[in-house]
Amino acid sequence: MDAHAHVEEHFAGSNKLFISIWGWLVLLTLVEIFLAYKPMPIHLMLAVLLGLSIIKAALIVAYFMHLKFERLSLILTLVPMLLVCIMLLFVFFPDSFRSWGLRYKFNEAPPVAPAPTEEP
Amino acid sequence: MSTEAQVGHFPAVDWEGGALPYRVGHRKLGMWLFIVSDSLTFSALLIGYSYLRASNVWPTPFPFYPSIVFSSVMTFCLLSSSLTMVFGVSASSKGDKAKARKWIFATIFFGTAFIVLHLIEWRHLIHEGMRPFYLPEHWVQVFTTTDGVPPSPLFGATFFTITGLHMFHVASGAVYLTIVALRVNKLKHEDIEISGLYWHFVDLVWMFVFPLIYIMSVDVGHHAGL
Repeated sequence: MDAHAHVEEHFAGSNKLFISIWGWLVLLTLVEIFLAYKPMPIHLMLAVLLGLSIIKAALIVAYFMHLKFERLSLILTLVPMLLVCIMLLFVFFPDSFRSWGLRYKFNEAPPVAPAPTEEP
Repeated sequence: MSTEAQVGHFPAVDWEGGALPYRVGHRKLGMWLFIVSDSLTFSALLIGYSYLRASNVWPTPFPFYPSIVFSSVMTFCLLSSSLTMVFGVSASSKGDKAKARKWIFATIFFGTAFIVLHLIEWRHLIHEGMRPFYLPEHWVQVFTTTDGVPPSPLFGATFFTITGLHMFHVASGAVYLTIVALRVNKLKHEDIEISGLYWHFVDLVWMFVFPLIYIMSVDVGHHAGL
């Protein structure tokens, strides 16, 4: 922390660093668009996309919003508070599976795609 | 200044008054707290959308053109606007207000491009027949499951609410930045940095809206199923 004390008066980080962060953000976005057209289970797709989004958000917060160069006390005040609140929002989420079960009474198995012979 | 010297050894001293515990001004701290609360607004909306999506048959109707092409270019615009904003704040920290103003105007340009592209994309979908509580008839036919469960009409409600609120943030940000750019000589560096924080936050939110709303709703042609 002490080593940064003087730097913090100014806006730390060179333009070269910011351009490289921008390059990574664009690259990760292109990966997301590519993944959109890769057939994969929806849960895996969701996990990968959310992982990429969290990486992108962290890059933006750390470098563009400069949080990496702020004091640790500010980071510790903002980030855990936000994460805990977001996790609390998920408390209700399992209910969505229950309401799916209430809404759709499937006989045995979940719906399947029609047999290939039915295709025109 | 003696408190500054003690900071490194014993940060707890900061909390006894007369110092800046976070070493940021009260306005910047205020913007950070606003950003945290606004993050929760968007988290709640996105989690609500995911809840609906997990408990309903959900259509995935977005074609490569126009939806994905437009939203990708929009993402590129927002990312670039963040970069120009960083350049603006960086110029302002070096005392070069004229250059800072130029970069902030570039940021406003990219932000406005985002809004214009998004409105064109909205127009495509509205023209297609998508409404907050109705799906176009041909989407209903395509995405009804084999045992006859139709897709949820709330697709439009979640789409227009979340992207609409985000677009409102971009528009407010463009107005905010215009005011900052016009008054750049009167403002302190930290005030320009604070406007940058807000702008980057708008970009950050889109980093979640784009994959969850657009990428997860791409029409890959596996119809009549989930």
